[in-house]
Amino acid sequence: MTQDSSTASQRAAPLVDERLVLWYFVAALVYFAVSLLGGLLMAAQLVHHNPLRGIEFFSPGRWRMIHTNAVAYGFIANAFLGALHWSIPRLTMKPVLDARLSWFIFAAWQVVVVATAGGILAGQAQALEWGETPVWVDPLAQAGLLLVAINFLGPIVRTPGPLYVSLWYFMAAFVWTFLTYAMGNFLPQYFVPGTGGGAIAGMFIHDLVGLFVTPIGWGLMYYFVPILLQKPIWSHGLSLVGFWGLAFFYPLTGIHHFLYTPIPMFLQYGSVVSTIAVEFVVTTVIINFLGTVWGSSGEVWRSLPLRWFYTGMLFYFVTCLQCALQVTLTFQALIHFTDWVVGHAHLVMFGVFGFWILGYMTYLFPRLLRTDWVSPALCEWHFGLSAGGMLVMFTDLVLAGIFQGFSWAALLPWEDSLRTSIPFWYVRLASGLAIIVGQVCFAVNIWWTYQAARRRAAAEPTLAPAE
Amino acid sequence: MFETKSGIFLIAGLGMFALAFLSNGLVPWLMYTNLPEKTVEELIVEQANDPERARSVLTEFRDLHDRYPEAFARYYGEPTVESCAVALREGRRVYVAEGCWHCHSQFVRPVSNEEPRWGPVARSWEFQNELQKPVLFGTRRVGPDLSREGGRHSNDWHVVHFFQPRWTSPDSVMPEYPWFFDGSTHEGPGAPNRRGIAIITYMQWLGSWLKQYPHYHQTEALWPRGIQ
Repeated sequence: MTQDSSTASQRAAPLVDERLVLWYFVAALVYFAVSLLGGLLMAAQLVHHNPLRGIEFFSPGRWRMIHTNAVAYGFIANAFLGALHWSIPRLTMKPVLDARLSWFIFAAWQVVVVATAGGILAGQAQALEWGETPVWVDPLAQAGLLLVAINFLGPIVRTPGPLYVSLWYFMAAFVWTFLTYAMGNFLPQYFVPGTGGGAIAGMFIHDLVGLFVTPIGWGLMYYFVPILLQKPIWSHGLSLVGFWGLAFFYPLTGIHHFLYTPIPMFLQYGSVVSTIAVEFVVTTVIINFLGTVWGSSGEVWRSLPLRWFYTGMLFYFVTCLQCALQVTLTFQALIHFTDWVVGHAHLVMFGVFGFWILGYMTYLFPRLLRTDWVSPALCEWHFGLSAGGMLVMFTDLVLAGIFQGFSWAALLPWEDSLRTSIPFWYVRLASGLAIIVGQVCFAVNIWWTYQAARRRAAAEPTLAPAE
Repeated sequence: MFETKSGIFLIAGLGMFALAFLSNGLVPWLMYTNLPEKTVEELIVEQANDPERARSVLTEFRDLHDRYPEAFARYYGEPTVESCAVALREGRRVYVAEGCWHCHSQFVRPVSNEEPRWGPVARSWEFQNELQKPVLFGTRRVGPDLSREGGRHSNDWHVVHFFQPRWTSPDSVMPEYPWFFDGSTHEGPGAPNRRGIAIITYMQWLGSWLKQYPHYHQTEALWPRGIQ
């Protein structure tokens, strides 16, 4: 399969800067590793086995923030930018606005991510969940997002409409991400104190998922899945429902992060209703993708990228169904503040978007390096350990959350909820280690494949890898 | 319209975001403009001048001065409203920087027996001040809610707890913060330094705006005997 597509990618070579895609992927995986280590540190702390206790720059509280910020701005943003550089020129048949600007953005974004990590480690975190980027980094990141939008909107604007589904999602995401970042990082920090600011901060938390990660993630699925299956998306009408449903309902859900706070109840009810509506929208998208794979389901087992994609979609359905239930005030009373929500967040960020990213990386690395994976077995281990670890971690944390919630509601001493949690936290540590081992398999495989590509390039100079 | 560039850019991108921001952001923003944002100094003076109160955050701040006179003089001088405001701002900065707010919430809900455990349910006016910008509601409780923590424990307790949480709370999974102290040994913490005095003052401030300060746990009477 690599032979066919490598000729295809050679045809497209002037359109796509493959070296840039490769660099984005490598950067994404480096930050992913940092994030995993941060998660490991926090997991070890929770079971009283933190080996680095009492050292200021390894404080689990700070690394907890690095863990989430490295995933959002390091891993997901870089992996998305790489995939956008691969897909947008192919979808529009035009290169991005300016190739030099692309490299400038790449360098500038790494500065933003490293500055964020350094600032958090130095104790300059901002009090905004998922936006702990120090306040002096915010204007830089804002400018970076503007440049990203300009660079990619260049080819999209010059394409005659109507646009393909993926481009709807990408175009909207460039607008939404810019606005979301500005709203969340500046309004509660400088203008809106207290409860009103909390409503805006809640919208920021959710819009970052719903208006940045989700549309780009789905846009890439609408691009990669038909290509891998060699057939079109099942229903264009459902694609329209999915996009416009997301555009209408998703921005209205943010306050559900702060239910039972002093935020007015009519706004809380509104966010609950919108969140449940999102679940119906999501169901149409899932049906559309199941319709697309109908009749070719064997491919999902044979093709590892497709297996990553469809496992991610299964997890997406689970996580959105869970969302529609947990957002109700009845569930909230029990599970808010517990590990239930932590399990939910991990399933969304790693089990869905992480899986899609790792799926298209599994598909693209051989194309970028012009060499098949050296070890298909390690690719299988990567998937198996990630999927197994994710499933165990999710189940474990959701169960832990139920126990914690009942322990608190029963007015048992606080320590009781900790003693109850410790066995669950050991299981979480083990599942996290399985995920980490899976990613080590991936890293080793990439390194071997890169070495093979270099050896091959030395033997056949015309097939130089994109490195 | 549904598949065109202008439709997606203007209606989905700008329009629907604006709709959500106006309804879910601007509405609560404007709803609380009748509760003006208070400065830290105003908060301190307000409770210190309240004749119905025996204690305020200044009481605890002066107590820190009495217990650690040298460290206090070095970092904060005399215990005045101004130096207390400096400590509270620094305390909030430390609370954010160390990620305390990711394991401790700062609001009490009207459900799940939270009122007997933590105290009065959170109200909007409590958050309309400089130290809640951005607001520190929090989304996770690994440790207890802290919005009524002030005054529940002595300054000494906090010193030991921040130095080695398990010495005061054997099951605690909270990390140690030895960098809040000067001259610590394996035997125990030294005097709290600039950050240590600040974070303890901030702890004692939490809930000090309520008439009943400190607000003690009421749960002991509710625990069925023998379940523990």
